[in-house]
Amino acid sequence: MRYLTKLPQLLMFIVSLLWAVPLVWMLWTSIKPKSEALSTRFNFNFTFDNYIHVWQSAPFDRYLLNTLIIVASVFAVQLITVTMAAYAFARVNFIGKSLVFLVFLMQIMVPNDVLIFPNYLVVGEMGLIDTKLAIMLPFFASSFGVFLLRQAFMGIPKEYDEAATMEGYTKWQLLWKVYFPLGRPIYIAFGLVSVSYHWNNFLWPLIVTNSIENRPVTVGLAIFGLSQETGAQWSEVSAATLIVVLPLLLAFLLFQRQFMNSFMHSGIK
Amino acid sequence: MRQLKTNAFAWFLLLPSVVFLALFTFYPMGKTIVLSLYRKDLTTRIPEFIGLDNYIAMAGDSTFWKVMSNNLWFAAVTVPASIALALAMAVFANKITRFKYWVRTSFFSPTIIPMIAVANVWLFIYTPEYGLLSRAINYVGQGNLNWLGDPKLVMWAMMVMIVWKEAGYFMIFFLAGLQNISKELYEASDMDGVGGWTVFRKITFPLLMPTTLFVMIVALTNSFKWVDHLWTMTKGGPDNASNLLLFYIYEQAFTFWDQGMASALTVVMIVLLLVIAALQFFGLDRKIHYQ
Repeated sequence: MRYLTKLPQLLMFIVSLLWAVPLVWMLWTSIKPKSEALSTRFNFNFTFDNYIHVWQSAPFDRYLLNTLIIVASVFAVQLITVTMAAYAFARVNFIGKSLVFLVFLMQIMVPNDVLIFPNYLVVGEMGLIDTKLAIMLPFFASSFGVFLLRQAFMGIPKEYDEAATMEGYTKWQLLWKVYFPLGRPIYIAFGLVSVSYHWNNFLWPLIVTNSIENRPVTVGLAIFGLSQETGAQWSEVSAATLIVVLPLLLAFLLFQRQFMNSFMHSGIK
Repeated sequence: MRQLKTNAFAWFLLLPSVVFLALFTFYPMGKTIVLSLYRKDLTTRIPEFIGLDNYIAMAGDSTFWKVMSNNLWFAAVTVPASIALALAMAVFANKITRFKYWVRTSFFSPTIIPMIAVANVWLFIYTPEYGLLSRAINYVGQGNLNWLGDPKLVMWAMMVMIVWKEAGYFMIFFLAGLQNISKELYEASDMDGVGGWTVFRKITFPLLMPTTLFVMIVALTNSFKWVDHLWTMTKGGPDNASNLLLFYIYEQAFTFWDQGMASALTVVMIVLLLVIAALQFFGLDRKIHYQ
């Protein structure tokens, strides 16, 4: 009987091992010599040649730089737009509040991901096709961030407002000198979700870019994979995939708890 | 006067967000509705008003219906499967004392990997003969299945991959939900000698219901949003067997440049997502309490 109750646990532990197989196998393939990529024999011949070859044959350094620029710029702008709007919703009483709330809700209900075609036309009208700005623009406003932060701002005691007013702060100063620093944990949570999203985004950047100068690393990876479809190139595609995945994966392994807490916040609406 | 000043301040704060929402959510939505009433493709340079003809053509297009049924089928399998698995993961990860870090890391790591990288990994798993799955099958028996090349298998292959990708993400919501269940309930049932499965059925599962409903909505939306893998793995093939609505829109717009049809399809997508949102708002949201 005792063994029977342990059975589900054992089963789930096996699942946890299985869950890691795809990534471990990719890592394994990426550090095996090319000639052994398809062999079934087990040995310990390791090499970094695949990584070196990928780095030399495709401009992954440029792709990584592009992704970094995109991810950082989007988050920097979001920081400002989100903070301002969240403060308005949390602390200012204005006419039409519930209507504006609905306007923001729309972005959550109909995310930009599905508006790829009309947004391509919009970006085209602006003459921004094949620019990094085109990749970033649709994401400068984030309703998700606004709602997340609004909740945090509402939880800040009103005494802070009074104290700041006594000090002679304007509302604008109150926002940036009191609320902004107090919202720090939420900014970190939102930041991790935002950065992961834009690091991983693919279809939209694929559509609006067509040059190495503007391509993010996901699009670069897809194009690299396309040019090497045969089995003999597995090792290199694996290495390229790991180059793309590794920065976030390492961050996750180091800050597992923070990551999981942050992604959990995406449940709050 | 003071009223006016407060309102002006609020609008000043909202302005940056509202401008971007107007430009990249509301304007494109309006644009796609209008354009869906026009013929605009490679042979028709100047848009020509055709009323609902795009929608009528869509209703008679067997590929569209195939893609729609694929997508619904895809949702009908991946949503319950990933929720059930996520629930099992959470209960397990919550209970164990050893290997806690390992188990959570293993389950959650697919979440932070881009879909396009996931596609590369699973492409190698599903490759006939040399792929990991084929090798595993050959190890225990015989059989050489072309997972991505067979119209009957390709959808199942994709479903397994998506469940792998998203179950760990849903797990964290259930983990959070489990923290909110009072320990006393478990202690009491332990004293009464109630078995583990009964405890799950009578206490854990009902109390996690709000989380389950929330996760269901997210999973449902994801099943319409996630198509990146198709670009690498199958391009929707063979014979549209793995095609999904958003990828079909992408093809209509950027492979065939049928802009009227791409717009009409986008409208269908928007309506679908609004229905899901309405479902959440009217039916389920009241029961969802989070944190």
